Formats: sequence, structure tokens, C-alpha cells
Amino acid sequence: MNFTLKIWRQKDAKSKGAFETYKVENISADTSFLEMLDILNNDLIHEGKEPVAFDHDCREGICGMCSLHIDGQAHGPSQAATTCQIYMRKFKDGATITIEPWRSAAFPVIKDLVVNRGAYDQILQAGGFVSVRTNSVPDANAIPIPKADADESMDAASCIGCGACAATCKNGSAMLFVAARVSSLAKLPQGRVEGARRAKAMVAKMDELGFGNCTNTGACQAECPKGISIAHIARLNREFLAAKLQE
Amino acid sequence: MALKLDAKIPAGALADKWSNHKAAIKVVSPANKRKLDIIIVGTGLGGASAAASLGELGYNVKIFCIQDSPRRAHSIAAQGGINAAKNYQNDNDSVYRLFYDTIKGGDYRAREANVYRLAEVSNLIIDQCVAQGVPFAREYGGLLANRSFGGAQVSRTFYARGQTGQQLLLGAYSVLNKEIAAGSVKSYPRHEMLDIVVEDGEAKGIIARNLVTGEIERHGAHAVVIATGGYGNVFFLSTNAMGSNGSAAFQCYRKGAGFANPCFTQIHPTCIPVHGTQQSKLTLMSESLRNDGRIWVPKKIEDVQAIRSGAKKPSDIAEEDRDYYLERRYPAFGNLVPRDVASRAAKERCDAGFGVNETGLAVFLDFKTAIERLGKDIIKQRYGNLFDMYEEITDVSPYEQPMQIFPAVHYTMGGIWVDYNLMTTIPGLYAIGEANFSDHGANRLGASALMQGLADGYFVLPYTIGDYLSKKIQAPKVNTDTPAFDEAEKAVKDKIAKLLSINGTKSVDDIHKALGHIMWENVGMARTEESLNKAIVEIQALRKEFWKDVKVVGTADSFNVELEKALRLVDYLELGELMARDALNRAESCGGHFRSEHQTEDGEALRHDEEFAYAAVWEYKGMDVEPEMTKEPLDYEFTHRAQRNYKD
Amino acid sequence: MSCFLINSSLGKKLVMSISGCFLVLFILFHMAMNIVAIISPDAYNMICEFLGANWYALAGTVVLAGGVLIHFIYALILTMNNYKARGTQRYAVTVKEPGVSWASKNMLALGVIVVVGLLLHLSHFWAKMQLVELLGGHESEVCGKMVAATDGAELIRLTFSQWYNVVLYLVWFVALWFHLTHGVWSMLQTVGWANDTWYPRLKCLANIVATIIFLGFAAVVVVYYLQSVCPCCNGAC
Repeated sequence: MNFTLKIWRQKDAKSKGAFETYKVENISADTSFLEMLDILNNDLIHEGKEPVAFDHDCREGICGMCSLHIDGQAHGPSQAATTCQIYMRKFKDGATITIEPWRSAAFPVIKDLVVNRGAYDQILQAGGFVSVRTNSVPDANAIPIPKADADESMDAASCIGCGACAATCKNGSAMLFVAARVSSLAKLPQGRVEGARRAKAMVAKMDELGFGNCTNTGACQAECPKGISIAHIARLNREFLAAKLQE
Repeated sequence: MALKLDAKIPAGALADKWSNHKAAIKVVSPANKRKLDIIIVGTGLGGASAAASLGELGYNVKIFCIQDSPRRAHSIAAQGGINAAKNYQNDNDSVYRLFYDTIKGGDYRAREANVYRLAEVSNLIIDQCVAQGVPFAREYGGLLANRSFGGAQVSRTFYARGQTGQQLLLGAYSVLNKEIAAGSVKSYPRHEMLDIVVEDGEAKGIIARNLVTGEIERHGAHAVVIATGGYGNVFFLSTNAMGSNGSAAFQCYRKGAGFANPCFTQIHPTCIPVHGTQQSKLTLMSESLRNDGRIWVPKKIEDVQAIRSGAKKPSDIAEEDRDYYLERRYPAFGNLVPRDVASRAAKERCDAGFGVNETGLAVFLDFKTAIERLGKDIIKQRYGNLFDMYEEITDVSPYEQPMQIFPAVHYTMGGIWVDYNLMTTIPGLYAIGEANFSDHGANRLGASALMQGLADGYFVLPYTIGDYLSKKIQAPKVNTDTPAFDEAEKAVKDKIAKLLSINGTKSVDDIHKALGHIMWENVGMARTEESLNKAIVEIQALRKEFWKDVKVVGTADSFNVELEKALRLVDYLELGELMARDALNRAESCGGHFRSEHQTEDGEALRHDEEFAYAAVWEYKGMDVEPEMTKEPLDYEFTHRAQRNYKD
Repeated sequence: MSCFLINSSLGKKLVMSISGCFLVLFILFHMAMNIVAIISPDAYNMICEFLGANWYALAGTVVLAGGVLIHFIYALILTMNNYKARGTQRYAVTVKEPGVSWASKNMLALGVIVVVGLLLHLSHFWAKMQLVELLGGHESEVCGKMVAATDGAELIRLTFSQWYNVVLYLVWFVALWFHLTHGVWSMLQTVGWANDTWYPRLKCLANIVATIIFLGFAAVVVVYYLQSVCPCCNGAC
């Protein structure tokens, strides 16, 4: 298969970027999208040009490192998949593919397609944890947890922190990310103890970092590679409002 | 001068060693902890849990990772589960049984005392993780669920769907975040350690490169902990993340730390086969699939050919024409034999010509029987995400046709030598998790890597490091303005300048692929004296080619992925040779290390306990100089070493 | 607590939700009232008289205006925040994500149409009724005729005898329909009364509410227009 690639190139955070066009040829349909970029990069290196910088690591859809806005969609054309899990058979032979970095004020570009998602870490540092000390805990089976609750907690906990939600949202809102963590812990007795404090602290940090406001479009859940539902956003809203009304 | 190896194994009965040791080692008072700095490199299960626990204790911790967030460390990709001797299933599990299974699974090449301690603290890990809000799978009664895993006859594996590693790492990362917020831990994401600084024979800090700006930084500390995982990517293709590398461990080796059993590599039996020359990594399908999947190849070579040509589908092959070779060879464990055994059995069938894809390097993992027995819904519930992932990659639905699998490099049991305190041969330098060598012997059992990473980080290191740091309470903040730091920084800068100046014709990946090919062919699943000698010669030649002909584009003072990869390849090119040398030295077969000259009549690994019951610890002598090997004898006081038997 | 309604994103959303809910309830009432104009113009005028320049009707008007104002101002503030959060560099290519409604992404634009329609509507009716009375008058000129401030039915008849008013009002109602299809379930989501089981139900409910409102309002406009162009429809022949 052959493709024309329109890729955003930007030297560093301060420079102005622009699209550049490249051609890749003889790509097997079984090649993954990132392997296709590897092939392009190897060609560029042989030509003495700087390869395209993009984030990636595990290449099996779990580390959350890969990003990319491909042809207008976060993580490309597949639903419930990360960029590293996209295979070239998803594209038409001869297609022109536009590749952009995440675009959100809270995710500044570092280089080419690489952005800084440190804001997500900061939100979690504000309260995305259970304040438990090592070794100061009861037996694992001391508190039974209904299977349905554990399963729902796990649904939310499958968030990989890739940033697709905020990158997709027309409002640049990180609500799905924040909600996933709050909701996951809210469904467990261990997390309930600090539930109110957590919801308030994480929302405050999210606002402070310049993320936008959720308008319930649901674009985040459509593009979330882990299919996390906006029902978790509803739970965050509930947790937050209940906490605030008790003040 | 040979290495002085003192494993510091406490005296006493096996079950009392850890308790006695904890009672005997020194502690640091809270007021003094505040004065002590610790650097931790790597933020996987080991690094994150250690940083959080040490931060809680009051030490000043700095933590470094190459990814953009600590949460992305490759521990996150572990799918199957984590072992613990809880005996929640009432199947007569116990600390001793977990210890014994691990020792046996490791083919009697691990330290008894370390392994027993691992089994002992395993239960605490589950308690800890549940308290952090890790959503483990549960039964309808609200209690924790378990599944069985390779190499064990009890169900002791705790899991969170197929994402156990992710959930445990997010748990450790969450308590790490708690400490970062509290100010006791400072996080340095997108930073790579490029050298370790040793002064007066003790670890004093690291040289790190800020991967965004390219700046070379000095960081001093009273102790340094290496938690950077394994070096499986020396094979280029492996199940490891693209960024996983052996460089931090290798710098320690360069600076004098012993490197133990580098040849012990685990080849995981259930990976998706290689499809072409452009592949960048191999995808693991969780070992948990072997709970319900049955592994087979056709009995008749005509059927193999028919499948390869597409004339027949795998599902067309009649039951009596299928060779469920693991069940045939190992009736007691069947499809749940340890990973090394399953991998070699697959290789045996493929070498005999029964490989089922175009390349002849694949066997089937079939869920037909399980779907008939349990129904599609249950199978979907258990493995749905794995099946979807498989279909996404291969365009084949495992509900209709069996999966194709083949072994791939997965984990390295070898690593930096550590004593019972997890300290390397350099005082003040520690290694935890996959980066050290201590607990898995020659083969790691499934669901034990997560256990070891968290055991080291939560429950072992926070105690043992105090013993060393108690001697440092009078020591001032480490000064990074010393000749040792100057020298280390200069060496790093010179190396970078050299790499950028070569401007040859081969890209870093070109050479890395060549290295991977040499390694897989000669230092892979089956090794011979001849292949290993060949590998050493070829790697040396490739290393020369690298230093003459590599092309690294970009600059030193910017975000430069090619430079990062080149710096890692520098180390792989020496590490590969070290692995071959170690494999050559170990003229026996054990666990994941299979020397074809040393096998039993029915093709099983043949150990030579009289000669090789030791850990081979290598000392660096220079890039093109043969390293020196010192033996740490492995005395088996409490278990009887037997030929591993998974047949009955 | 008061400040979180101003400072916090979720607080601001709560204000949007509650003011939106209030406006939906008002619109439902208004629509019910309008339907009366089809059934019996006299009855309709009685309601108009009841809601004339009395203190309770005035208080209601002020609260209502406040509701609209708050809903609109908060929408502007939120949208400005959101625009900033999106960053200076925009995507070159975007697509509509599957399952995402067009209305949900264009609430402000729809809201502006609704407000413009509202201003037009106020000039057509409120200015000729309550305002006239407030200023001490009793009638005003519409389409060249003098109409009493209490004769709402006549005002409707005259206004919707003009085809362009009919078109403008229908456009207005369509915009309102779109706005409500997202707004109604969204206000429940914002206060947290939603989950995966209820999303289909809530969205269905939103569509029903929006459609009832649309049909109720449009019916009056269309019926009066038809009566004006076709005397037979009026029962005159």
C-alpha cells in the first residue's frame, strides 16, 4: 500500500509549526500505524533528515504513551483502540493521511507530534489516591465488595491517561479523565473515606490547569480508547455537588 | 581483582530468616531520615512502590523515568495476575508451597532465602493493593477471585481482568502521587539516567539527561536505587515496550557492579507470531489463556501443508488428527507447564516441520473445547479483551479459528547482582525488581514478576536500605561539584558528541535489528557452544560497525529520539556479548537457558548441579576486554534439588 | 459555598443546569398557555389579563428575565473559557465523533438564535402588552390597527397573518428544538442524575419534551396563519 502523509512538524515548544508532506510506499496491510511511521523515519534518517518525533512505548494499547490526531480523530479511525493498535488495513490504498499532535491549551507541544501531558499527573497528585501507608492495612478479604461495584470500579480504572478525551473535546475538558479516577475510587469502600475531599481537590486542580468545561457532548467517550463511559462524569458531578453542598 | 560477593543471607531456619534479619538491621530515626536523599531510577512497580514507601518514611526521594509520566512504566503491560500464598481457595496453598513452586520453576538457580522472603511478603502485597483501591476481580460474595497459572497446581493468582499490571502500577503510582503532593518525592519525568557516579567506592548520584532539552544534569544522593526493569530488547523484537532498555543497569555494571546470570532470558510461549520484516515489537497474549486454551499442531504433515496453503482451515482438522503435544508430553500439568517448557515444546514441533503459518513458526492455541464446555459468553467474559486485541492485530477471530502463537523474548531473570539487602557490589547502590537477578533463578513463573517488583519496593527495600543509610546520618548533602561528577558528566558528553559525529550510513534501528537477529538465532531459545561463539564474534564485528558507520541525526541539546536510541544500543552491543559469554560458560541447560548439548533423552533441560549450582557474576573490564566471572555458590539447605518434572 | 457557583467549572455548570431547568419549565407553561389560544381566543385573553401588569406577573417576569440572563451570560463565560482551553492552534481536520449529536456541539449558536428569536418575540408581544400597560397605555398599533394590550388573541392573529413572521418563528422553534434535545438530558447529567442504563431513556425523554414544545408552539403559529390565508379554516364559510 502507498500513502501520502501530511504531518505536523514543529521544532520545539517555542517554534511555529507547519504541515509537511511525505510519501511512504510498499507498506504491508498488516503493518501497524506506528510501524509505518518507523518506516518513514528510517527513510528520513537515511536521507539525513530529522525523523518525526512521536510518543509511543508499549505498542499494545496499555501504557497510554501514544497519542496522535489522525484524519481528525484521536487515536485514528478505530473505536476503542489506541494509535499503536491501528493497522494500515484500516486505510484506503493511496490515501492522504493527516497527522496532528493533541491540541489543547493544557497539552503544549514539545516537538512535532509530542505533547506535554504533565497536567494529568498534577490532577492525580491533587487527590487521585487513597491515603494509605505501606503495611498499615487490613486483610484483603476483610471488606467484601459487591462484584458489580468492583467491576464498575475496574471499568473506570482502565483509563490509560492518554489524553484523548481532552484532546478530542471541543471544550478541551479533562472531565472524563478526572471522572474515571474519582468514580473508580468512589465505587470502593476504601476510596469512599476521602471521596468528598478527592472530588473537590481534583476538580479544583483541573480548573486551575486551564482545562475547559464539560458540555456533555460525549465526544470523549466516543474517542476514549478504553471506552470509558460518561456515566462516570455523572458520578463525579454527583460526588462534587454533594461534597460542596455539605460545606 | 575478583568481585567480593557476600550475599549476607541471615542464619537460622528458612521461615525465620527475614524476621531475624529485620530485627537485626539498623533503623534511621525520623529526624535523621529527613536529612537523607535517595535517588530511584525507574517508576515501574518496584520503583514507584519503593519511592512511595521511602517517601512515607520521611526520606527525600528523587524519582526518574524516561516516559512522560511515572504511570507509563512497562509494568503496566503485565496482563495475567499476581501470585500470593493467601490460600483463599482452600486448595492447600501456603508460603512454603509458593516458595517451593518458585524455586522449582526457576530450576534451582535462585537463592532460597530470597525466594522464601518473596513468598512470605506476597500476602502483604494483596492487602496493600486492595487498601489502595486496586479493583481486583471478585466473586459474587464480594471476596477476591483467583485463577491458576503456569507452573502451579493451586489457584493463587489475583487479577484485575487482563490488566493486572496496569491496576497494580496505578495503585503504586497513586501512592507515589500522594508523596509527590506531600513534597517527600520529587518526580523527574522524561529524564534518562546516563551514568552512575561512584566516589570513594560508594554510589553518590547519577548523571541524567533531560530528554526534552537535552541538558545533562547532576543529581547527588546518599543511596541510588536502580529499578529500570529488564533488557529483553537486546533482541530488538520482544514483548517489552519500545523504550524498555538495559542501559541504567549496564552503567552500574560498567562502574563495577556485578552482573549476574545475564544469559537467563525468558521466552514467553504465547505471543502473536512475527509477520514481516518491518515489525517493531511482539505482542503478548496473556498466559492466562492457557487456563482454557489448548495448544496443538496437526499430527499429519499433509494437514500442516494444507493449512499453510489455505486449502484447509484449522477448524477443519479432526480431533484425532490434532497433536495436543503439551497434554501428551506433560499429563500432570498439560497446557499449564512453565513458560520455558511450553516455549521449547513449541520450538520442538516447529523444528520438526509442524509450524502452522507461512514462516513455519507458529502453533495453535485453541478455545474450541472451552467454548463447547463453558459457552461463548463465559469465554468472552474471561478473555474478551484479549480476543478483540488478537482480532484487531491479525484479522482472525479466536472465537471461530484458533489463535496462532509463537514464543518471544519476554523477561530477563538475569540482572544486577544483589545481596539479601538488595544492595549491589557497590555500597549504596541498590537494584530491585526485574533489574536485579535474585528471585527467579533460571526461569520465572507467570504472575511472579509483579509479586517481586512490589515485594522489593513496598516490603524489602524500605527496611534494608535503612541499614546502610544508618551509617550516613552524619554525612552532609552529597556535593555534586566533585571530580567524580565532573568525570562522569564529561564521559557522557563525550559519548554523545562521538555518536553525533560519526555520521555513517546505518540508522540505529538498522544495527539494532542486526543485533536482534544475531541474538535470536544464536542466543535464543536453544543455544550451542558453536552458536554462542559465533554470536560473540558477530556482535564484536557489529559493534565495530556501529562505532564506524552509525548515523545519528539531530543535536545533543534538543528532544532527540535517535540519540536516545543510539545511547541504549551502545549498551545492548556489549550486553549481547555478555549474555553470549555467560551462556557459553554455563554448559548445562536450566530453565530458560537451553544448551542443546545438554538435554535428557526426551528433550528436557539437563542440569549439572555439581558444576553449575552457582550464580555467575560478571565484572566489567573494558569494552573489548573479556569480563571476569565470580561464582556465588547456591546452597540448597532446605529443598531437594530434583530434575523438574511436570509429567506426573 | 457561594463562590463555587462562580469559580468552579462544575459550579458554573450547576447554574446552567438549574437555570436551564427553570426555563424549560417556563416554556412548557407558556406553550400550554398558547394552546389555549387555538381552542378559545377568549379564554386566552382571560389568561393574558390575569398575567397583565400585576405585581405577581411582574415579579415573574423579572425572575424569568433573570433566568434567561444568567443562563446566557454563563453560557458566554463557559464558552469563552472553553475556547481558551482549546488552545491557539486548531486541528486542521476534524470529524463528527460517532454518537455525538450535532446539537451538543452547537449549543451556543443555537442559544443565540433562541435569544434573537426571543427579542423579536418580545418586540411582537411583550412590548405590545405588559410594557404598554406598565407605561400606562391601553393599546398599541399593530399592522396598521390599534390593538388592546389585553387582547392577546388579536395580537397573535395579526402577527401570524404575515408569512415572514411565520417563517421566522418556525426557524426559532427549530433552533429551540435542537437546543432542548441536548439541554434537557444534559441538565440531568450535570447534576449527576444519569447512568448508562438511563442515557437512552433520558435522551428519549429530552426528544419528547423538545418535540412537544416544538409542536405546541408551532401549532399556534401555523393554525393562525392558515386561518388568515384561508377564511374557510376559520369556520367562516
